Order: sequence, then C-alpha cells, then structure tokens
Amino acid sequence: MRQESLLRDKLLPISTVVAILIVVWYVAVIFLNAPFERDSAARAGTEIALSDLVKNTMAQERPVLPAPHQVIAEIWATTVNKAVTSKRSLVYHAWITLSATLLGFGIGAALGVLLAVGVVHNRAMDRSLMPWVIASQTIPILAIAPMIIVVLNAIGIAGLLPKALISTYLSFFPVVVGMVKGLRSPETIQLDLMHTYNASPAQTFWKLRWPSSMPYLFTSLKVAVAISLVGAIVGELPTGAVAGLGARLLAGSYYGQTVQIWAALFMAAALAAVLVMIVGFAHSAVLKRMGAKP
Amino acid sequence: MTSNSASVVSARNLGLTFQTSDGPVNALTGVNLDVAKGDFVSFIGPSGCGKTTFLRIIADLEKPTAGTIAVNGMTPEEARHNRAYGYVFQAAALYPWRTIEKNIALPLEIMGYAKDEQKARIERTLELVNLTGFGKKYPWQLSGGMQQRASIARALAFDADLLLMDEPFGALDEIVRDHLNEQLLKLWARTDKTICFVTHSIPEAVYLSTKIVVMSPRPGRVTDIIESTLPRERPLGIRETPEFLEIAHRVREGLRAGHSYDE
Repeated sequence: MRQESLLRDKLLPISTVVAILIVVWYVAVIFLNAPFERDSAARAGTEIALSDLVKNTMAQERPVLPAPHQVIAEIWATTVNKAVTSKRSLVYHAWITLSATLLGFGIGAALGVLLAVGVVHNRAMDRSLMPWVIASQTIPILAIAPMIIVVLNAIGIAGLLPKALISTYLSFFPVVVGMVKGLRSPETIQLDLMHTYNASPAQTFWKLRWPSSMPYLFTSLKVAVAISLVGAIVGELPTGAVAGLGARLLAGSYYGQTVQIWAALFMAAALAAVLVMIVGFAHSAVLKRMGAKP
Repeated sequence: MTSNSASVVSARNLGLTFQTSDGPVNALTGVNLDVAKGDFVSFIGPSGCGKTTFLRIIADLEKPTAGTIAVNGMTPEEARHNRAYGYVFQAAALYPWRTIEKNIALPLEIMGYAKDEQKARIERTLELVNLTGFGKKYPWQLSGGMQQRASIARALAFDADLLLMDEPFGALDEIVRDHLNEQLLKLWARTDKTICFVTHSIPEAVYLSTKIVVMSPRPGRVTDIIESTLPRERPLGIRETPEFLEIAHRVREGLRAGHSYDE
C-alpha cells in the first residue's frame, strides 16, 4: 500500500484549487469594479491609464466585489486587532451566532433522535409523524423565521432561544431521517438473534439498534450542524438583531459595506468548517472505539 | 406415533401456511416428528421444503398455522422465554462493534449472568470451539470459519440443551466445512446437547446425524426419516465405508422421490 503523504494527498490538491479560485477572483474584481473607475474618470474629464485602473479596482471603499486581500485585511482588523468584547469585533459577533447555533443544534439533535426512536418503535408515530416532518422542511425558513421570533417575543421569550429554535427547526430534520434509517439498519438475522434470547425491547435498543445507528447519526449530525449555523444567521436577519454574523451581513448590506459582508461570510464559512470538522473527529473517535476496520 | 415424554421436540400434524400476495403458500404440512434428548437430527431437502421454517417454528421465530408442537414439553414461546435453545444462523451474525468475547457475552448480559460467571463461560466456550486467545479480536479480524465458530460459542454460552443450527457451514468452502463438521461432532459428544441441523449437503447430513429427516417442497413435507446405523464415534474416513454410502444412497433416493425434476 502507498504511504499516505500529507503534502501530496492533502495540501497539494487543496492549495491548487485555492490558487485557481484566487486568480479567478482577482480577474473578476478587475472586471466588476472597472466600470465605477471609468465612470469617475469620465466625470472628472480625465483618462485613466490601465495600470491605475487595475490598481484602483482593488482599493475601492465599496466595491461591487472586494479583492481577497481587502477581505483578509478586514477580517484581520476585526478579529486580531479588536478586543473580543468590542461590538466591532467579528469574534464577538461570531460567538453570538455560534452560541445560538450550538444551542439549536443540541436541541435539534436530541429532538431528532427522540422522534426517530418513536417512529421506529411505534407504528402510529411512523404513519402520522413522518409526513409532517418532511412537510416542515418544505416551508421556506425565511418565511417562518420572523413568525417564530414574533410569536416567542409575544409570550416573553427573547434573546438566544428564539434564534436557537430556528436552528433546531432546520437541524432536527436530517437527524430524524438519518436515525430512522440507522435504527432500522440491523439485519433481520441480528434482530432474530435478539428474539431467540428473549431480549426486552430496551435491551434490543441499547445493544443492537443504537450501536448500529452510529454511522448514520454522525453523518446526519454533520449536515445538521452546518444548517444549524445557517438557521442562526437567518434568525438574525429579519429581526433587526444588533449582534451576530447575520446582523453584520444585514448592516453591511444597508450601508453598502461589501467588504464587511464578505468578511462576515468568510467567518461564517470558517465557523461551519470547524463545526463539521469537530463532528467528523467525534465520528472517527466513536467508530474507532467501536472497533471499526481501519 | 406415540408421544414421548423425553422428547425435546415433538411435532404433531404441524403445518404453516404463509399468506402472500400471490395467495397462500404451504411452507410446511403434516409434519410428525420426535427429537429425543441427545439426538443429532439433520433436516435435508431442496430449497422451499420447509426445513428452515421448521427450525424457526421450534425457535418461535414463526408461528405454526396447524397442528401442535412441544419444545421441552412446552410451547415454543414458553421454551424461548425459558431460553431453552441456542440458535446458529446461516451467517455468523456477530455484532461488528463487539469483540469476540463481547459477542459471546451478549446473551449472558441479556440473561443477567454475573460478570465473573460471564468471564468463566466465555473462556469455556472459546475453548470448546478452539478459539482460545481470539477473544479480544473483532469479527472482521477472523476468517469466515472462525466467525461461524464464534457464533456457535455464543449459542453454547448459556445453558440451553438444544442447539438449532440453520445451514451454519453453508457459506464455507469444503475443506473448512469438513474440519468444522469433525469439530462439531466432538463438541456434541462433549456437551451432550441435542442438535437440530439444517443442511442441503447429503454427506454432511449422513456424517453428522443420528437421525436424518428428508424433506421435499410444494408443499413442504417430511418424506423419509432415517435412523443412522453409524456409530457415535465417527472419524472423517467413515465417509468411504459401504455403510455410510448406503445411508447416503437412501437419502438421495428419498430426495429424488419427493422432488419432481420435471418442473
């Protein structure tokens, strides 16, 4: 077997793709931001040299598309160079969103597992619940998010929980679907074996169904944690929230601060990547403990 | 046939009809059979003759629709509640996330054996199937034959006097199979269990059994019951003796008579 090399198998392919993306991005920056430069030159009644044009497209205050180095500079300025307690710190906003994400993900995962257990063990729940679970996801989250926040506000629940519940609304779905499949994944022969031992339903669950469902659980959790983040951001958009990545996106779009929007977007993407990676590590750790073939 | 109180399994006019979308299917009809304590009974016949169905009825995995059956003098369900039998399936059905010893511990955990008692029984049954030292391995680290031996150890771990085996060696190659057959006979001699063994191999049935039940399909039924005249002590070489070949011939005749090859 070939020795796995970090450089050749991981870094090289990834950095190649990143390099191509950056080149494409810079080219797009020049083309998208050039009209503004030409217009201002025309208004001033001057000609602009090509080299100046290219340079200017990458240094606009409110570009149509900010250049990568502008976004990186903005991220640097709002993370490393700002106290995390500052309202202008991206870390502060990311934490606000992350806390709602994690709470929503936790509730969503627990709810998803509970519903799946019910669906697998109860025929009535199987028949009645699954269509509603699927229907719940056909409603656009942008439409239902303000309703949830308004209704919860009316009964005195504000702050973290309403946002988290929107994350829950999105994240319980992949967990239900994955876990129903996972809890039903034991083969007939394995279930028959439990029957011959006269095992109780609880014993069958804990000794067979639950361990069998682990690969399905973690696969669903990876999807769930990513859309939990989307849910938390969406939850911040319609309510005029003052903090969180969603609020940053909204404020940026009000004032045409495209650099700020892109910085927030990158922060959200990085956050999602880290969350998915953590679930991925937990997945490998659990499978390793369960003696999976390496 | 008279009912025998020492019978481990006693079936009278036993039948099972499955209701399918294509209409009823007679999986088993009119089975009369007694399995005495300490017997090694093989069920042989082509696919669809109901041999596995009969085993599953004993194990309370299927409910008969006609006749009666007693297992240790009880209904199959009561027998199952009393953990009267160990079942070995066609595939080893080991749980991949459990080591071999944990797999053997599975029925013991479910039946509530104490920890040190579990340990002693795991050691004993691993030794019985020649797997001593493999307890800490995961199933995927073992060959198919070893996995099936582990599943036999699992069925032996608790005190069931009846062992139900549904083509346990069907998926293994002939060399491994010969070896396991030999080991199974030794194990049977040592443990004094009653064994019901489903197979579709004539040499396997004749080599192993004290009683061979020949079955035929459409509808599934018993066509012949052969009491083996071979001694209990059976080296592999016994399969070349005239006595062995004569029994094998009778089994083959029984299979031929019960099965129309024109279909």
